[in-house]
Amino acid sequence: MLEKALTGTKKYYGWMAALLAVIGVGFACYLWQFSFGLGITGMSRDVSWGFYIAQFTFLVGVAASAVMVVLPYYLHNYKAFGRITILGEFLAVASVTMCILFIFVDLGQPTRVVNVLLHPSPNSVLFWDMIVLNGYLLLNIVIGWKVLEAERNDVAPAGWLKPLIYLSIPWAVSIHTVTAYLYCGLPGRGFWLTAILAPRFLSSAFAAGPAFLILLCMIVRKLTKFDPGKEQIQSLAKVVAYAITVNVFFFLCEVFVVFYSGIPEHMDHIKYLFVGLHGQGALVPWMWTSMILMVVSIILLVNPVTRKNETVLVVACITVFVGTWIDKGLGMISGGFVPNPLHHVNEYVPTLPEILIALGVWAIGFLVLTVLFKIAVTIKEEVAGLA
Amino acid sequence: MVIDTRKLQSEEDLEPMIEVCDKIHNIPKFENKNHEIKWLWAEEFKHEFPMQEPDFLNDRLKHMSFLTLCNHCEKAPCVRVCPTKATFKREDGIVLMDFHRCIGCRFCMAACPYGSRSFNFRDPRPFIKETNPDFPTRTKGVVEKCNFCAERLAVGKMPACVEASNGALTFGDLDDSESEVRKVLRSNYTIRRKPALGTGPSVFYIV
Repeated sequence: MLEKALTGTKKYYGWMAALLAVIGVGFACYLWQFSFGLGITGMSRDVSWGFYIAQFTFLVGVAASAVMVVLPYYLHNYKAFGRITILGEFLAVASVTMCILFIFVDLGQPTRVVNVLLHPSPNSVLFWDMIVLNGYLLLNIVIGWKVLEAERNDVAPAGWLKPLIYLSIPWAVSIHTVTAYLYCGLPGRGFWLTAILAPRFLSSAFAAGPAFLILLCMIVRKLTKFDPGKEQIQSLAKVVAYAITVNVFFFLCEVFVVFYSGIPEHMDHIKYLFVGLHGQGALVPWMWTSMILMVVSIILLVNPVTRKNETVLVVACITVFVGTWIDKGLGMISGGFVPNPLHHVNEYVPTLPEILIALGVWAIGFLVLTVLFKIAVTIKEEVAGLA
Repeated sequence: MVIDTRKLQSEEDLEPMIEVCDKIHNIPKFENKNHEIKWLWAEEFKHEFPMQEPDFLNDRLKHMSFLTLCNHCEKAPCVRVCPTKATFKREDGIVLMDFHRCIGCRFCMAACPYGSRSFNFRDPRPFIKETNPDFPTRTKGVVEKCNFCAERLAVGKMPACVEASNGALTFGDLDDSESEVRKVLRSNYTIRRKPALGTGPSVFYIV
């Protein structure tokens, strides 16, 4: 089936070439980082994780969201999603690929990465994160590929796939839970030290992921002869509406606990993010933008009139995606490091090469996504006799 | 370790200890503050003991400098989170690092509630004033921290900072009730950094 990705329109080739160019620039910057060290980034002794780990965290969410199409279809027999489960699964594959790459580019000694396998340490959450991420990647590649192949050959998927599909459902929840546990089990970091971190991660994931999937469905509909379907898009939109509402609710729970209890170690990080601390507040405009975007998206998505209007829905999905990206991809990680454990306020701002490396990883993700979607959609067209 | 802060009034009193530590452990000096490597350094009370600062702290404590270093915690979060066991706890309680195994994921830096760990954001070697051949230099991309002078303990010497402290620092076995350090603890009121976190820091401060 891979051959389907090799032929396409001029637009397709152009898009792939553009992605390769971005990847090339990112790779060149990575070579520089590889020889110089992580000193070319904006990270410091105080903010020791930055843009890379934040992108990783956000994308784990996008990956986990495949479950939002798989679960209704396989557990509740919601037939409509049968058309788009493959898109959800392939989106997960591309996202997890980016996650793994973001962890890799963040390593100080990337050539030693196999030490994680040579000296397995079950006491480390990172060890478990490696297992769940790679497992989820494998599950989605196998399931997506085999189900698509069966569809192409007009036969039922092999019986042994069923248990794997059922396994992939809790597995999707696990990747984001374990990722949250990376942060929320650390004793000296008041911002992350909250039992609601994993639920918050999941709620923003189930908003951002399906919102992105809606946008992808609309692009597919526009560019190809395969229509993911109006009902499918509307059902996904409801998922996004609930998830983003729950996400904002969880955040407000956090704000209540932190500010009503009044414990400074927990308050200071949120203060830093939203009003600034000791005169420093690079993220303040970003965080407010994120909040406004999330609230606007709730209004647009909960209201059936606006949700059913597909043009407005596009705006709402972009709003959700950008809003949750700022929250997790910018604020969540550096917010936990400022102020530092000694209560010094040292801010973090990513550098240009750091951003270019991150863009390169994103471009690799989009490349994988484009290839997989191209294959899936071409086969869908063939099966429907449209090609 | 017990630090008698009554004997260490000013930053000048701390300098000889910090200097000898930097020297024997090949610690580089960087212009860029982001890349700083610190094993032993000075902090004010409000940073050394954040959230433990009384409203009307006496003037001496308010303006003096406190020695800051790895606490070699009993339940060290850095050891718990390390995915390769590059950071490990020795039987005698000292928390050590294997610089050759560290993959530079910096999970330990996020986990340490005392900001005791540094990362080599670039090759440190050109920035070491005078290399001590008896102690390894580090490569870029690995984490490091105070090792309680494990290399000196191995040959029966006291940690360098203790030796340079003119008796302000006492070092010994906390599990041995007859040790010097336990005697000092018996007869003085001491505080530790962030005791509420349950990490069990092994550095005590007489204030």
